[in-house]
Amino acid sequence: MIPGDMSNQEITKVQELIYTTRVESVMASDVIVIDPSMTMSQVKNFMRENRISGAPVVAESKVIGIVTMNDVIRSMEDGKLGSPVTEVMTTDVRTVLMDAKVAEVVNNLGRRGFSRLPVVDHDGKLLGIVTTGTLIRSLLLQMDKSFQKNEAEKLYTYRASHIFQDISSDDTGLTLRYFVNERDFDNAGKASSLIKRSLQRLVVQPQIVRRVGVAVYEAEMNLVIHTDIGGEIVVEVRKDRVNISTVDHGPGIADLKQVLRPGFSTAPEWIRDMGFGAGMGLANIKRVSDVMKLTSDPGHWTRLEMVFNFGPDPLLPKTELEKSLTRGSQ
Amino acid sequence: MNIREMIDVLQGKVLVQNHDPNEELPLGGAADLMSDVLAFGSEGMALLTGLTNPQVVRTAEMAGINVIVIVRDKTPPPETVELARDSGMTLIRTGYTMYEACGRLYKAGLPGLGLVKMVNDSW
Repeated sequence: MIPGDMSNQEITKVQELIYTTRVESVMASDVIVIDPSMTMSQVKNFMRENRISGAPVVAESKVIGIVTMNDVIRSMEDGKLGSPVTEVMTTDVRTVLMDAKVAEVVNNLGRRGFSRLPVVDHDGKLLGIVTTGTLIRSLLLQMDKSFQKNEAEKLYTYRASHIFQDISSDDTGLTLRYFVNERDFDNAGKASSLIKRSLQRLVVQPQIVRRVGVAVYEAEMNLVIHTDIGGEIVVEVRKDRVNISTVDHGPGIADLKQVLRPGFSTAPEWIRDMGFGAGMGLANIKRVSDVMKLTSDPGHWTRLEMVFNFGPDPLLPKTELEKSLTRGSQ
Repeated sequence: MNIREMIDVLQGKVLVQNHDPNEELPLGGAADLMSDVLAFGSEGMALLTGLTNPQVVRTAEMAGINVIVIVRDKTPPPETVELARDSGMTLIRTGYTMYEACGRLYKAGLPGLGLVKMVNDSW
């Protein structure tokens, strides 16, 4: 890869990987090691057979030295091929800890000119080895993964945003439906997360996506916390606005005025311990939506409707919207 | 202040890294009430919280928050860590209490929202 061809974003990605990735995830763990009992002649044959140009000398899982092709050549020149490897090897070995960051490896391999670094745990036990080769392979692999993810998201965004241009009708709307289970805290917020992503793919303005996200998340939590049998969220995306309604079939709300009062809550203690049930949900929804309407038949159902206009001048004036909502809920 | 500097100030430990450590943080906020986060959370804000359940990640995601700091050295459950990883959140842990973590960050130059005026008679 030519650095000049990399966008700023990609350079940042490389930096991020270098400063955040741990050495153990870029090392080769199948290390070829040399036994301290070998002679230099045996080392020479061993390296040739394994096609390597250097290896750590290991005794009882600990690195006691490192020997390279240069050492082999030197002992040939000096006529010392019969010497034990322990007499020729470099004993001052630069190692790197398994949980060090890749940046340390880059510094040692690049600036200091080492060609391989044994990776050890905190007890000095050999776990693997990292070379320029293993490093580049794993960094490229990770960059490829992140690149593919970005490209895929761009493609989804492109396809989705074409709906309103490609489909011809007098009035096009895209309806998304999500089912929310009561008391299902493991999945609570999942629908909101999906709604947020879908609106991003439809290229709705980020500010509006954020407001919708906040409102629909509060509404989803209400379904999880307060309903007997869950409910559903229906999102209708139009050219000029998003309409969202949440509907459930019980227990309903007896005093609508009371629940709209900021700070009023019927949430039990354990819900409050999770950071919810402060009685601010509906107040938040009202604040971020252009129109909010709450209706209920105590003992039967509750319906919450919200409208978010895309432009400052909605195609339908607010009163008309409220009227259409009232019709919808009857 | 960028993410790396924040980690230094808090002597924090990165649990999930999804952002460039050099990324600037425009401001910080702290809350244990998720509705508060939704009410005042803003794009790019660093959130300090004492809660560790997965809903913290969801709430932050909805509020446009990218960086969550868990105070008082609590260890979040694996579901929270996993959700943070999947939803692109950076998760940091610090040994300081909420009060001291906030104080240190503010003193080091990470601003807050200033005076907040809420509409609709809310507190």
